[in-house]
Amino acid sequence: MKFVVAIKHVPDTETKIKIAADGKSIEEAGVKWVVSTFDEFALQEAINLRNAGEGEVVAVGAGREASQKSLRQALAVGADRALLINDERYERCDALQRATALAAAVRAEEADLVFLGKYGVGTDEWQTGPMLAELLGWPHVGAITKLELDGDKFTARRDVEGGVEVLEGNLPAVLTCEKGLNEPAYASLKGIMAAKKKPLDIKTPAELGIDVTDLDSPKLIWEGLEVPPARTGAKLIDGEAHEAAATLARLLREEAKVI
Amino acid sequence: MSSNILVFAERRDGEIRRPALEAVSTAYRLAQTTGGKVDVVALGPGASGCAEALAAHGASRLFVVEAEHAELYAPQLYAACVAEAAKLSDAAALLVPGTAMGRDLAPRATARLGTACATDLVEIEISEGGALKGKRPVYAGQAYARVSIPDARPAVASLRPNVFPAVEVDAPATVEVVALDAPIAAADLGVRTVSVEKPDQQELDVAEAPVIVAGGRGLKEAKNFSLIRDLAQVLGGAVGASRAVVDSDWIAHANQVGQTGKVVSPNLYIACGISGAVQHLAGMSSSKVIVAINKDPDAPIFSVADYGIVGDLFEILPAFTEAVRTLKAG
Repeated sequence: MKFVVAIKHVPDTETKIKIAADGKSIEEAGVKWVVSTFDEFALQEAINLRNAGEGEVVAVGAGREASQKSLRQALAVGADRALLINDERYERCDALQRATALAAAVRAEEADLVFLGKYGVGTDEWQTGPMLAELLGWPHVGAITKLELDGDKFTARRDVEGGVEVLEGNLPAVLTCEKGLNEPAYASLKGIMAAKKKPLDIKTPAELGIDVTDLDSPKLIWEGLEVPPARTGAKLIDGEAHEAAATLARLLREEAKVI
Repeated sequence: MSSNILVFAERRDGEIRRPALEAVSTAYRLAQTTGGKVDVVALGPGASGCAEALAAHGASRLFVVEAEHAELYAPQLYAACVAEAAKLSDAAALLVPGTAMGRDLAPRATARLGTACATDLVEIEISEGGALKGKRPVYAGQAYARVSIPDARPAVASLRPNVFPAVEVDAPATVEVVALDAPIAAADLGVRTVSVEKPDQQELDVAEAPVIVAGGRGLKEAKNFSLIRDLAQVLGGAVGASRAVVDSDWIAHANQVGQTGKVVSPNLYIACGISGAVQHLAGMSSSKVIVAINKDPDAPIFSVADYGIVGDLFEILPAFTEAVRTLKAG
């Protein structure tokens, strides 16, 4: 079984975002770049399945050369090989362009199952996985919390408002992963050493047959970033517990009009 | 030039869900600018029965696929139906509620249409030139991105629930119902929902609740979440949680607010015993009114709160729950 895992190289979730001088990207100084949180669950699921049976886990990224770092991390955690589709413009592309690049890699690898995070941390778009599946003509399930494989059939569960959807489908398929699907392992020292010797291919989009004519002109444009309006600070309510609680309830009704 | 706005109307148990009505109302507002009409697509047996509710919110035409196998969510089928309706509507824009289903469906339909999608908008306009413009939270709410889809038609957008009003129109039109065949046969579906499991005790989901009462480490142990639940129940709200207590297995991940959890914007957010890590603040700071109850006066949560009480939540919470109950009874 061939597993492809899409790995996105993103700012750490603990990063306090500052807007750069261009008004539409983030200030990169001091930002730690890591494997997108939800991709860790995607990677671990593929590794667990490979370890339980047999096969190969290939980590694939699209972006600038620096994103090799997250692919190397995926190798250290347990992926067998990695592929970077190297074009700096993938840092500013829209989700359909990213999905198009990944689709080419998935075809080249002849994958049976593709895992992604439910969204890429930062842009928070929730788009690449379902788009990739549509481009491939494959089924997908988004934000899965549980997966069972039985031959070329699978059962996946996903949380929806007030319940859990249970879906059944056939391979090949694309699955995007939610927190809680598994427990992502840390890279061991041995894993980190081994990762240095594992193959990490860097290819241009052209080498994979990807049309990049429109890569400079995404259909979805980020025009600017802005910080949320600052709040003026809390009105602090004093007094002993009962008194303060009663005052708060009154203010929420009469002043804020929310209860 | 195309000027109609198409809305995907998510149904559950036969009824149109509220975030879908919010999308229909938003489409109605946008159609005033574009000079077009509001078309809606609804799927599953009995979908045409929703015509009246949709008309009340401004719909003029309803595309339905009433096949049995369209009742529960099947990503390929739903995307194909929506794309088909978009072509028949000649839609300038396709609006989808930003629910678990809508967020999953919108990108698949977008890829099928070969256009572009803006996720989780909290503001949306269509400019005079026809570009879809919106504002959406990014970096889990630490910033907002202004995004634009200048040329691709239909431009696809998912709308954050609970942000846009669902408003009934003064003079509803008579909805023209257009029945379509399922573009994919049941036997050809690569994936389909076989069941939807619902817990015995239905809880409101934080992503859609108008009020959220959230607990953190300050609760000291899992069983004390009962204090949070009591208040949430009195307020008719949902139970939220910080990442710390979810990681400690005090409560399910579905309740987590913040980065790696849910980004929420209820009318009222009450944070109890939550200090306010960057990634939590990002997820809830767009709430309309924020209340913080914490024993540490220097906790960052107070910097985003509108009202705060510095003190022992084990004394304050039961007293506050009682005060709200009294107020509501009066």
